[in-house]
Amino acid sequence: MSDPDYNFAYLDEQTKRMIRRSLLKAVAIPGYQVPFGSREMPMPYGWGTGGIQLTASLIGLDDTLKVIDQGSDDTTNAVSIRKFFRRTTGVATTEKTTEATLIQTRHRIPETPLQKGQILIYQVPIPDPLSFLEPRETEARKMHALSEYGIMHTKLYEDIAHYGAILHTYDYPVMVNDRYVMRPSPIPKFDNPKMDNMHALQVFGAGREKRIYAVPPYTKVKSLDFEDHPFEVQRWENSCALCGADNTFLDEIVVDDHGERLFACADSDYCQTRQAEQGGQR
Amino acid sequence: MYVAVKGGEKAIDEAHALLAERRRGEQSLAELTVEQIEQQLSLSVSRVMTEGSCYDPSLAALAIKQAQGDLVEAIFLLRAYRTTLPRLATTEPIDTANMHIKRRISATFKDLPGGQILGPTYDYTHRLLDFKLMVAEQDTSDKGLSAELEILNEQMDSETSEAVIPRVMDLLNQEGLIEKEQPIDDIPVDDITREAIKLPADRDVRLQNLARGDEGFLLALGYATQRGYGHTHPFAGEIRLGDVEVEITPPELGFSICIGEIEVTECEMVNQFKGSKDKPPQFTRGYGLTFGYSERKAMAMALVDRALRAEELGEPVKSAAQDPEFVLMHSDNVEASGFVQHLKLPHYVDFQSELELIRKLRANDSADNKETTE
Repeated sequence: MSDPDYNFAYLDEQTKRMIRRSLLKAVAIPGYQVPFGSREMPMPYGWGTGGIQLTASLIGLDDTLKVIDQGSDDTTNAVSIRKFFRRTTGVATTEKTTEATLIQTRHRIPETPLQKGQILIYQVPIPDPLSFLEPRETEARKMHALSEYGIMHTKLYEDIAHYGAILHTYDYPVMVNDRYVMRPSPIPKFDNPKMDNMHALQVFGAGREKRIYAVPPYTKVKSLDFEDHPFEVQRWENSCALCGADNTFLDEIVVDDHGERLFACADSDYCQTRQAEQGGQR
Repeated sequence: MYVAVKGGEKAIDEAHALLAERRRGEQSLAELTVEQIEQQLSLSVSRVMTEGSCYDPSLAALAIKQAQGDLVEAIFLLRAYRTTLPRLATTEPIDTANMHIKRRISATFKDLPGGQILGPTYDYTHRLLDFKLMVAEQDTSDKGLSAELEILNEQMDSETSEAVIPRVMDLLNQEGLIEKEQPIDDIPVDDITREAIKLPADRDVRLQNLARGDEGFLLALGYATQRGYGHTHPFAGEIRLGDVEVEITPPELGFSICIGEIEVTECEMVNQFKGSKDKPPQFTRGYGLTFGYSERKAMAMALVDRALRAEELGEPVKSAAQDPEFVLMHSDNVEASGFVQHLKLPHYVDFQSELELIRKLRANDSADNKETTE
């Protein structure tokens, strides 16, 4: 049952319609940042207001919502956002990636491959990949319009020249549909390959910066690189101490005063599902 | 075995309970009422209404109470409430020349029609802690003084309430030395609470943004212009405080009706201008307007408004206060506070990625060093 004091999913219907229109435009021009009339939400800017507004305008009564932060359903802000939607919509929530129709995420893409019909909603702090190279939006918009990405390639080249490697480890810039350079939001670059030709729709909301962008299903997403320095993802020498997975993004957890470490899957649902399959003990 | 941060939900509930306890403070003391805040912390209320973009003293007072006096948090609360309100109508422009004046000063003319009215101001107080205020109840022997005040108030009311006190700027511009106010046109003003700011932004958008902008941020920028970072040679042409009527014109009526009064502070700065190719030397203007009594904010706003007109007036844009993109994108304290504080959220996935990179770079380094020493 949703809270009778507020409209379904908090936002009024006009606002949701405005957001959906911006979203349609975003889907039609993959990777292009569409300005939208972002609203003040009852959570602070920088805490997922863009993603929350997208979820609010997409969610319907028969949806099932999953919210993760750093890959986990149980981190405080994920809990808070899930609670907000339970209260304002009464819609079913889940921790299972496979059961969700909408997944709002901060900083991760689930390890379980997403399916057709699912929508992955990213929370975005800074939408423009050029902003650290050219903070002026007026300039950056021109560069996008002209597909003029020389400064980005130069930056990546200089990283390699100075340090032998590209220094982006998360929020690693991608080229979408061979046209727009896009920020994938601060997901680790480990997750970048999952964006390419994904079965699910990917939508990105930046509330404070008032921008929406999207990657439609089955769209080419290529991490920027050079022929002699191909894109690589992070690798660990360890496997997950809980489920034994050797192909997932691992969190490093300090377990005692002597700096002893343990590595475990960041994606808590994936890890728990594997543990359950292995015999049900936790 | 390590259990991945379970129990977030319970922790959040407990945190809220602790917060409520801390907000209430010592239980044996009487709880603050919203009315007390509205009446006795009225300058806080003014700031919260102004930057919260919502004229409602009692809701602003409630927000201040709920935020334990943290005004930026209170502004946020009021804004989040404001989002849920429907747009019923757009008001006519308020006419501050028809203001019911409580205070009105000009630093550019010694005397002027309507006179200088000092009103309730801290300006000439000596900032000595008044230990009498430590005692809750005011001394009742002050009655004589309050009777005197009452007479004074009545006198001021009768002098100013009916009279239209024209604004200094309009009054003393017979010579045309001050640039003319832009005439009211039919172009609807943008609403930055409904649509994303598009850059470059026109003055309507800039002024809206400054009115909502953080007082401290504007104060610092305005101050910087005075110290040479985008100097505008300002004079306080006029500052006025008082009540103005708010009117709307319902389409079915075709004429305007008054829906209430609001208290506003208005500041008009006059700034020296040497002239350009198209414009003769003259004085230019900067404008500030706030809800309630927020004089410092109105003045800072007027300074920054004028500084932001640099490009329009053909002045070189060299300083932060003259750069619309810099000012407009960083003035909002609800946005700024949220984003600065989001650093409290977990970032361990990103941090893990950075750890991996640093380890890799260090490994490369030591491998290189080995090679060179061998």
